[in-house]
Amino acid sequence: MTAEFGLAALWLAAALAALQLAMAALGLLRGQAAPIAAVRPIAIVQGALAALAMAALIALFLASDMSVKLVVENSHSAKPWIYKFAGAWGNHEGSMLLWVTILGLAGGAVAILERRLPAATLIATLGAQAGIALGFYAFLLFASNPFARLSPAARDGLGLNPLLQDPGLAFHPPTLYIGYVGISVAFSFAVGALVTRDVGPAFAKAMRPWVLGAWIFLTLGITAGSYWAYYELGWGGWWFWDPVENASLMPWLAATALLHSVTVLATRDGLRAWTVMLAVVAFSMSMIGTFLVRSGILTSVHAFAVDPERGAFILALLVIYIGGALALFAARIGTVRAGTTFELVSREGGLVLNNLLLSVILGIVLIGTLYPLVAAGFGVQLSVGPPFFNKAAGPIALALVMAMAVGPLLRWRRDDAGALLDRLIWPIAATGFTGAALIVLAPPGLLPLFGLSLAAGLAVASVLPLIGRNPWRTPLFIWGMVVAHLGIAVSLAGMACDSAYTAETLVAARIAEPVRVGPYVVRLDGIKPVVGDNWSALEARLSARRGDDAAIVLRPQSRYFSDPVTTTSESAIATRWDGQLYTVLGQSDAQGRWQLRLWWKPFVTLIWLGGALIALGGALSLVGRWRRERRAAVREALA
Amino acid sequence: MRRWPWLAIVLLATPALADPVTPPARLAYTQLRDPAQEAQARALMATLRCVVCQGQSIADSDASMAGDMRALVRSRIAAGERPEAIRTWLVARYGDYVTYDPPFGAATWPLWLAPIALLAVGAAVARSSFRRRAR
Repeated sequence: MTAEFGLAALWLAAALAALQLAMAALGLLRGQAAPIAAVRPIAIVQGALAALAMAALIALFLASDMSVKLVVENSHSAKPWIYKFAGAWGNHEGSMLLWVTILGLAGGAVAILERRLPAATLIATLGAQAGIALGFYAFLLFASNPFARLSPAARDGLGLNPLLQDPGLAFHPPTLYIGYVGISVAFSFAVGALVTRDVGPAFAKAMRPWVLGAWIFLTLGITAGSYWAYYELGWGGWWFWDPVENASLMPWLAATALLHSVTVLATRDGLRAWTVMLAVVAFSMSMIGTFLVRSGILTSVHAFAVDPERGAFILALLVIYIGGALALFAARIGTVRAGTTFELVSREGGLVLNNLLLSVILGIVLIGTLYPLVAAGFGVQLSVGPPFFNKAAGPIALALVMAMAVGPLLRWRRDDAGALLDRLIWPIAATGFTGAALIVLAPPGLLPLFGLSLAAGLAVASVLPLIGRNPWRTPLFIWGMVVAHLGIAVSLAGMACDSAYTAETLVAARIAEPVRVGPYVVRLDGIKPVVGDNWSALEARLSARRGDDAAIVLRPQSRYFSDPVTTTSESAIATRWDGQLYTVLGQSDAQGRWQLRLWWKPFVTLIWLGGALIALGGALSLVGRWRRERRAAVREALA
Repeated sequence: MRRWPWLAIVLLATPALADPVTPPARLAYTQLRDPAQEAQARALMATLRCVVCQGQSIADSDASMAGDMRALVRSRIAAGERPEAIRTWLVARYGDYVTYDPPFGAATWPLWLAPIALLAVGAAVARSSFRRRAR
C-alpha cells in the first residue's frame, strides 16, 4: 500500500509541476491574473507531494518491505535502522527522488518566502523551477521508478555496499543535494530575470541568499565527504581528484565565483551579464555533477546506475537543460544593459580577479575530468589524475590565495596602489617570515612551502578588516567574510602540512613488537574477534606512546560483511591537538605477523576545521544580510 | 639482502602472481629500508592507476593487483631503476591508462595547453569590465 501511495504522490507532484509551468507561461504571455495567482499555491503543494513520496520510500526501507524491488536490491533486514533510513537514498532511484524532493521543497520555500521580487519575475522563476523538476519527475517515473514491486516478494534483501554503511551516508548526500538544488534555485532566479528583462540589484539581492545557502551546504557536503573518504578508505588520503569528487567541486567553484560577483551586482550594479552567465554555469555544473555521477559513465562507489538506457535519458536531459539555459542566455543577454564599469585597482577589480581565477580553476577541473571520456570516444584510453590537477590548478589556486588576501583590503570604486601596499605590510611580513622559518627548520617541497607561507599571510590579511573596528558594531557579514577567508587559510595550512610532513610506516608486525611512526612508538598488543549487527571482524589492540605520555589505545578492525560479501578495513584514528595518528589493520601472513599501516599526520585536522570555518563564515554572512534587510524593511514600514 | 628484489621481479613475471589466492608479495605492504628510495617509490605509486579498481592509485588500493604493482615499483626502485623508466615500462605494458600523469603528446596537448588558453581568454573577458584609465 505504502509503495502505491508513494507512486501516486510522485505522479501527482509531476502533474502539478507541469501545471505550474503551464500557468506561469500562460500568465506571463497573456498577463492574466488567474493563472498568475495559481502558481504560488501549486508550487507549495508540489513540494509537499514530493516530500510525501520520499517519506513513503523511507517508510518502505524502515519496514524492510521485501516486495519492493529497490528495498530488496539495496537493503537487508539485519541492517541497523540508521542505514535502513539513510539507505533510502544510498541507491540510484532513491537518490534521484531525494533530489527532486529537495527541489520541490525549495520551490515551495521560494513561493512562501520571496517578497522582494516583482511578481512577474517571481512567476517566471517558479516556472523555471517547475521546468527543471519536470525533467527529474519524468526520469523517475519512466526510467527509475523507486516504487516498483517484485512478485513474488523476496525473502530478504541483498544488502547495502558496506562502504556506504556509515553515519556519513545520513549526512553527506542530503547536504550536497541541498547545495545542488540551491544553485538550481539561483539559476531559476536568473532565468526569471532574463525572461522579464529585469537583471539588476533587486534580482541580485533576491538571488544572493540562495547562492549563499547553496554554497554553505556544498562546503559542508564536500568537507564531510572528504573526511568520510579519509577514514573509510583506509589509506590516509583525503582528496583524490576522482571524477566524482570533481563533480562536487565544480559547482562549489562556480558558486564561490557567483557569490562574489552577485555582491558586485547587488552593491555596485556592475558585472550584470557576467553574474547571469555564472548562474547558468553554476547550474550547468551541478547538472553535470549529478548526471556524471548518476549515469554510471564513471565507475565509482557513487555510481549506482549502470544502465545504458538511463544513461541516454540522462544525457538528453543534460542537453535540454544546459542547451536551453545557454540559448536563453544568448537570446536575452543583448537586452541586459552593461553594468557600471570600474577602475582596475578597486574592490570590484579584486572581485573580478577572484572570478577570473576561480573560473580558470573550474575550467581546468572540468576539462581534466571530461578529457578521458572524450579521449575514450576517439578510442584513446588515458587517465588524468592528481599530477595533472596539482600542476595545472595548484599555481592558480595559490595566486587566488594572494588575491583573497588583497581583495578585502581594497576600497570600492577606486583605490591607490601605494596605500594598498602599506595596508599589506603585515601579511607580506607573515608570509616571508613563515617561508624563511620553514626553509631553515624543516624544508618541505615547493608547493607545500608556498602553501604554508601564503596560508600564514592570508590568515593575517583576513583578520585585518576587523582592526580598528568595534567588534560588537562590525556588521555580521563582515565577520562572515573574515571567518570564511580565515577558514581557507586554515584548510590550506592543513593540506600543506599533510603533504609535506606525513610520516608513514607499513610493516608486518609480530605481537608485542614495537613499531615507530613519526614521534610515536606503536605496539601490537593482540588481535581478537568481534561481532556487530551484520558483520564480524578481527580487531587489533594497538598502544601508541609518544615520549613519556600515557599510551593511546587504538582498535582498527578488518570487517567481514556477508550481505553482500565484502571485506573492509575500519581505520582507528587518534586525534591530538597537533595531528592524527591513523592506523589500519591488514591481513596476517604465514609467520603469524600482521600487516599494519600507520600514519602520523601533523595538523591534518586543519583541513576539515577550515572547511567548517568556511561554512560558518557563510552562515554568519547569511544571517547578517538577513538582519540588515529586516531592519531596512522595518525602517521603511515606519517611515 | 641485495638479492630479493630481483627475486620479486622474477616472481612477478610468472603467471602464479595473477592468481588472487597467492599471498601478497612482500613489498606490497612493506616499505623499502632506504627512506629516500621509499619516498621515490611512494611518489611514483601515487601517480600510477590501479587498472582493476574504481579510479584509485596503486598507492591507496586494497586490490591484489595494486599490491603486485606496488611490489614491482618498490623492487625496481630498490634495484636502482629510475622512476620515469619504471613508468615508461608500465605504460608500454598497460598503455597510457596506467599513468595519472598523461604524457604531453598528440592525444594530450589540448589538455596540457588548456590552462594557459583559459587564462588568456579569461583575462581578455575580464578586461572589458574595467574602465579605461585614459578616459
